[in-house]
Amino acid sequence: MAQAQWEAVIGLEVHCQLMTQTKIFSGAATAYGAEPNTQADAVTLGLPGVLPVLNQQAVKMAVKFGIAVDAKIAERCVFARKHYFYPDLPKGYQISQYELPIVEHGHLDIEVEGPKPYTKRIGITRAHLEEDAGKSLHEAYPGMTGIDLNRAGTPLIEIVSEPDIRSAAEAVAYLKKMHAIVVSLGVCDGNMQEGSFRCDANVSVRRGPDAPFGTRTETKNINSFRYVQQAIDFEIARQIEVLEAGGTIYQETRLFNPDTGETRAMRLKENANDYRYFPDPDLLPVIVTAEDIAAIKADMPELPSVKKARFESQYGLSAYDANLLTGETALALYFEEVVKASGAEAKLCANWVTGSLLAALNKSGKGIQETPINAAQLAGLVARIADKTISSNTAKDVFEAMANGEGSADEIIKAKGLVQITDEGAIVKAIEEIMAKNPGQLAEYRSGKDKLFGFFVGQAMKATGGKANPDALNRLLKEKLAG
Amino acid sequence: MSLHQLSLTAMAAGLAAKQFSSRELTQHYLARIAQFDDQLNSFVSVTPEIALMQADAADARLAAGGVGLLTGIPIAQKDIFCTTGVRTACGSKMLDKFVAPYDATIVRKLHSDSGMVMLGKVNMDEFAMGSSNETSFYGPVKNPWDLSCVPGGSSGGSVACVAAGLAPVATATDTGGSIRQPAAFTNLTGIKPTYGRVSRYGMIAFASSLDQAGVVARSTEDAALILQAMSGFDALDSTSIERPVDDLVTGLGQSIKGLKIGLPKEYFADGMAPGVRTCVEAAIAQLKVLGAVVSEISLPNAPLSVPTYYVVAPAEASSNLARMDGVRFGHRSQEARNLEELYKKSRGEGFGAEVQRRIMIGTYVLSHGYYDAYYLQAQKVRNLIYQDFKRAYETVDVILAPTTTGTAFKFGDNSDDPVAMYLNDIYTIAANLAGIPAMSLPCGFSEGLPVGFQLMGNYFDEARLLNVAHQYQQATDFHTQSPKEFV
Repeated sequence: MAQAQWEAVIGLEVHCQLMTQTKIFSGAATAYGAEPNTQADAVTLGLPGVLPVLNQQAVKMAVKFGIAVDAKIAERCVFARKHYFYPDLPKGYQISQYELPIVEHGHLDIEVEGPKPYTKRIGITRAHLEEDAGKSLHEAYPGMTGIDLNRAGTPLIEIVSEPDIRSAAEAVAYLKKMHAIVVSLGVCDGNMQEGSFRCDANVSVRRGPDAPFGTRTETKNINSFRYVQQAIDFEIARQIEVLEAGGTIYQETRLFNPDTGETRAMRLKENANDYRYFPDPDLLPVIVTAEDIAAIKADMPELPSVKKARFESQYGLSAYDANLLTGETALALYFEEVVKASGAEAKLCANWVTGSLLAALNKSGKGIQETPINAAQLAGLVARIADKTISSNTAKDVFEAMANGEGSADEIIKAKGLVQITDEGAIVKAIEEIMAKNPGQLAEYRSGKDKLFGFFVGQAMKATGGKANPDALNRLLKEKLAG
Repeated sequence: MSLHQLSLTAMAAGLAAKQFSSRELTQHYLARIAQFDDQLNSFVSVTPEIALMQADAADARLAAGGVGLLTGIPIAQKDIFCTTGVRTACGSKMLDKFVAPYDATIVRKLHSDSGMVMLGKVNMDEFAMGSSNETSFYGPVKNPWDLSCVPGGSSGGSVACVAAGLAPVATATDTGGSIRQPAAFTNLTGIKPTYGRVSRYGMIAFASSLDQAGVVARSTEDAALILQAMSGFDALDSTSIERPVDDLVTGLGQSIKGLKIGLPKEYFADGMAPGVRTCVEAAIAQLKVLGAVVSEISLPNAPLSVPTYYVVAPAEASSNLARMDGVRFGHRSQEARNLEELYKKSRGEGFGAEVQRRIMIGTYVLSHGYYDAYYLQAQKVRNLIYQDFKRAYETVDVILAPTTTGTAFKFGDNSDDPVAMYLNDIYTIAANLAGIPAMSLPCGFSEGLPVGFQLMGNYFDEARLLNVAHQYQQATDFHTQSPKEFV
């Protein structure tokens, strides 16, 4: 009997640094990249006698996040101390939340791309507030370890998903959606290279959807979407290989190596610390009232999911285009500016933004913030297509020229003499000349060789320098060729 | 009358009337410290330069006029409060070389705001863990009433220096009785206010939910003056309470006729030494004479205070002391060859035996599988103790009890038996668990050694507590007695 197919079970923990000006429990700055330890005040250093004071901005941001994922915001949540010794953890404990987190029971609807795109709801178990640790610098000092506590005390929310994810593609779709949400809410800068948004992946495999969960491994601190894809794919394949060879999967922490695309064991979870959590006696429970939540809600920007629905109804876009355009706040904004400034049909604008523009950005590895063609420029181009000054084909050349910095659409069209020929007399004249020059082809066409229509279109376009209005050309050519 | 025999009010009057300067007053105390402290070991750091600089600044302000009552009056700081530029060792080898870059809030309030003069930092049990001052890395403090006896702890240095007249007043802290027990052993008045009344910022934490700063003094009036200056909301301490501070000083002097005093029967059962019982009963009789109405009450869960405390306090201590890891400050072992050894050896060498014992107890009760049985259970009992007091204050104004079971004991008497030592706190711990204000004040002598009794008040009822104590002291003279060798 054939065995059931392997199924992966994945749960993600996302660490998301909050964009507060100061640390979660002190007034020290949180800016990235400062000289080591210049942002470590007495509280950050954990000096004897200091006490934490909660940054209310961090609470507000966590509540915003909770609202955005339809979660329950705890009326009363509690900070707890999580103990372990490590040089970059100044107090010997991390202030986190354990039994009573601020956010629980949310969810995220994701769109998974691929040959058969589908949507899926992923449960969010909880999200809690905590402080980040510092950094140990092993490379800079041979035989020693440097400690930089600038990052220590930076506020984080740790977002824990349900084990609802079944593939690396779903994991990436979930993370991208999550990333879009926290960035659009203004709670996280989303910079993955700097570690502002990073992920731990819990992966196990089982024989089919009805089998019990297998033993899971946790791959830590993955900081790009591509690495997440690689790490999960590697881990699924590795576990299946081990199990099929009759081996055992150990519950362990693993590290992803971006150079090899592989994960390797870091430490066995069984031997890990007993964290000895207990409520932090230095901090009072945090109370969030219904009024607080209402006030925060009123102050929130439009969420990607709401924006997506609006793009579909207001602009008549497909679900796919709406999803693509609302995946990033800046892209959505760009699109709406193009629509407004061009006065053209939204669908046409969407085609140019999701088509040529995104392709160009992808090709050069740039984000929408670094686009070589701004929204006003693209609107100028789309407007000329809409008023039939140029054809879509010609527009592609103008787009290229704009990307090369040759000026606005109008300037390029004028400089290159690209204005579309809509004068039907001129087109008819060109057609008649071509018919006269190619009597053989004309006879064949008239005897039923329809395919030659393309030949005549090409000749006519050539004769008009590609500027003939395609609709008019087609119509007139058909009339004339028919005789 | 010598300068060191003056009350704070008399001292302030003398300074205001230019009978003596703050510099003269400060020099007087510095001379007494130099003369007597070899016998007592109460100071771990004497800071004459800072003291004289602060005294001169105070004199300048006194000359200009319009200053607060405490300007120019010297004080000793328990070595648990961080002081910029002056070592804060907390009685431990671990912090022997630790100099804080900041001032504790109460240090700022007393010196920068109130203009007091810091004579130095005084000795204490290591990280405030002890009832005899024998656990200090800097050696035990002696009791000025009998040098072969302990001064009590953990605020042993605070009480010894004030009882011997080496400082007019001293700050202290109380986690399970560390103000009240030593005050009782040295014939002083000591008050631990309501939890949250005085900022804990800059006070090195022992057990965060129990620690509270206060004062030891030679009279209730002196204690009230200092407590007034220390109290108040502090944005740097999230457990500090945003509530105006009552006037603790001008409220003194009201009649206590009709005051309802409760005597918890659990505190008057067996266990009290006869000499202590006699003095405490005399104090009750005296308060009746002053018009108080005394009745027996019950705090049924009070006998569970000691075991509850010895779960909660070590649990918090094990966590609070985790930062002493030899990485950023404090003792670092020179023997360590790797990270694990750095932790183990630095902590093994830096912490004394009692501190290590409590870290181990605390680590144990917070461990996976034991947390529910110990820590969580202790928190539930703690809540019951809190409920007991809440209920009691529905019928009485003030609760009266002994402070200690006996008088000051000899060095070494309890130091081999931790449990016997822990039982020293049997009458004082409940107030910390409940967070209520409590004080100890002198009520006589037994075989030449001082006896104190305890008054416990309702939340934020420091003013009433101090008034009762003051009325009692107006009618008695026990608190005016000083140890003869140090006159």
